[in-house]
Amino acid sequence: MSEAPIETSQIPVTVLTGYLGAGKTTLLNRILTEDHGRKYAVIVNEFGEIGIDNDLIVETDEEIYEMNNGCICCTVRGDLIRVVQNLMKRPGRFDAVIVETTGLADPAPVAQTFFMDDDVRAKSRLDSVIALADAKHLLLRLKDSPEAEDQIAFADIVLLNKTDLVEPNELERVEKVIRQINPSARIYRTSRADVDLKEILEQHRFDLARAIENDPHFLDMDDTHVCGPDCDHEHHAHDHHGHDNGHDHHHDHDHECGPDCDHEHHHHGLDGAIHDTTIGTVSLRGGELDPQKFFPWIQKITQIDGPDILRLKGIVAFRDDPERYVVQGIHMILEGDHQRPWKENEARQSRVVFIGRNLDREKLERTFAACAA
Amino acid sequence: MPSIALLDTGDGETGHVEYAGFIGGNPVFAMVDGTAHLLAGRHREITLHDGLLAAARSWDGNLLLTSGEDGRVCALGSDGGVVERNASPGKWIDRIAAGPSGAIAFSWGKKGMVLAGQTQKPFESERTIEGIAFAPKGMRIALARYNGVELVWINTSNPSQFLEWKGAHTGVSFSPDGKYVVSTMQENALHGWRLSDSKHMRMTGYPAKVKSISWSAKGKWLATSGAPAAITWPFSGKDGPMGKAPKELGAIGRILATQVACHPEEDVVAIGYENGMVIAVRIEDDKEALLRREGAGAISSLNWDDAGKRLAFGTEAGEAGVIDLTQ
Repeated sequence: MSEAPIETSQIPVTVLTGYLGAGKTTLLNRILTEDHGRKYAVIVNEFGEIGIDNDLIVETDEEIYEMNNGCICCTVRGDLIRVVQNLMKRPGRFDAVIVETTGLADPAPVAQTFFMDDDVRAKSRLDSVIALADAKHLLLRLKDSPEAEDQIAFADIVLLNKTDLVEPNELERVEKVIRQINPSARIYRTSRADVDLKEILEQHRFDLARAIENDPHFLDMDDTHVCGPDCDHEHHAHDHHGHDNGHDHHHDHDHECGPDCDHEHHHHGLDGAIHDTTIGTVSLRGGELDPQKFFPWIQKITQIDGPDILRLKGIVAFRDDPERYVVQGIHMILEGDHQRPWKENEARQSRVVFIGRNLDREKLERTFAACAA
Repeated sequence: MPSIALLDTGDGETGHVEYAGFIGGNPVFAMVDGTAHLLAGRHREITLHDGLLAAARSWDGNLLLTSGEDGRVCALGSDGGVVERNASPGKWIDRIAAGPSGAIAFSWGKKGMVLAGQTQKPFESERTIEGIAFAPKGMRIALARYNGVELVWINTSNPSQFLEWKGAHTGVSFSPDGKYVVSTMQENALHGWRLSDSKHMRMTGYPAKVKSISWSAKGKWLATSGAPAAITWPFSGKDGPMGKAPKELGAIGRILATQVACHPEEDVVAIGYENGMVIAVRIEDDKEALLRREGAGAISSLNWDDAGKRLAFGTEAGEAGVIDLTQ
């Protein structure tokens, strides 16, 4: 497991994903034209749609490189390595980089590039992965395209766009599906991608340690109960920009699920028409862990199940360790570091969330429980 | 220590020095912002590109060939004159190579072009071209790309030869006798092929990516960066470096070597490090001479003059200078 890179003058990189027509170009145009005092270099697949003359727009062909280490999910974007290296030779020309991906792109190789290539990693850092979702068409997309689901699952921020084109109850339904696929993403409802750019750019959303500090409830999602249309309790999205209404979370936190819980831990669909999402979440909770057990465990899990794990995020309390440990992963890549001392009034709990396909909940819970100190 | 003349390259916003060397015996420095600094009698600053991406010296030593974000390919002469050799607006031309008799090859993405005499030959690869090199006789070019190296004939329509090896190949070079092709890889390794039988040569064990390689004058050695020393492979036997250990020259602390440049006549390697230090080492007996102490940035380019008496260096911080070994 590698230590998180030290943050120095690393240029922040934001990755924009989303299906064709979801609004990526609209958002890019806003980023390039609005007066925000920041200069962005933009890496795109096609100049064509942007229609803005800017010498910091670079066109590349998405090119996936498998690393020669025998790991099928250890892929990077060769074109990004080249372009980022070239851009970084001239610091001072721009403040940050935006990478636009094609609608069909798998976001993992893009993100992995910022961990697996030493040069890119030394000069830049992944700030956040933003997925744009078209409120009107997302559910259809999710049915016919695993990429659309991957993009949502992978995102740190989801812009639920074109909200003006759907009825409020439809919007609720779409948002719930997004939440089901990715409980930890921050969701913004927008039309014409009209989000405050300051909220989404250069906010360190990918950096788990920062994300947790900014939002202490970041990993508090409790997926043992997935809200359905028949639920009678409140289920508003964990939607930070509308946070003033007294209910922090759409899930019930009165019961803290732990490895010993005996109630059912299965996803059930939200709706007959849309329950065929293939990505699920397993959220594990425990007390203090034994590092001698935890590290071999998480390394083994990611070695064996890495191809099915899209994202992994965790806060860990190790026995006799005054600092809390933060770990995150993409497929087989793991990164972890001590974050800060536990506060006096803070419960020394460990939480690990997996987002992925075919996750074996029973096995994860059982093996995680065995890491207890 | 020999004398060092530092060049004032301006406001510090120039970015990396992409090329530091000599044309027509005069020091020249090409910066990634697209400006070149030529020291021919006086210091001249010449704008070549709006963003420079690659540079190579012509084989006769008289021109600096450059390509840029503006889609242009330029040839800078030692008199300061600039000739535009190509213009493809909107394309980032990020690879350039020189060949015999004034030939030039350059590429953008999967496409490229050879200019040799009156010939203009376009070429294309299935994957993005990451490195170009001319064979010593200039009949073929080698293209480094994902999963191997392609050998493309320039003057005939004979099918190209593909040297396959899994992984991304980011640069390529022929040995001076034309018997071997060596690529640098995305992994921390080199890969080589003996052309007579396509036999593989794996050169691995580097802690970092190999970004600079240099053949010794008679081709007996291949010096490489990517380690806290210049890893120098023996190519004198008929099997190249196969089954032999490389020499580790200039291992000073744990400082990574970022550039290597073999002396034009003697078996001596100049090594530039990530802390800006430059030394020269004799391959035979590992005898070292310190040429420059550390500076503000990693050495990004390092080249000898044709007489082997001066070394031009540039760094990632935009520092540039000439080390004179005769003083």
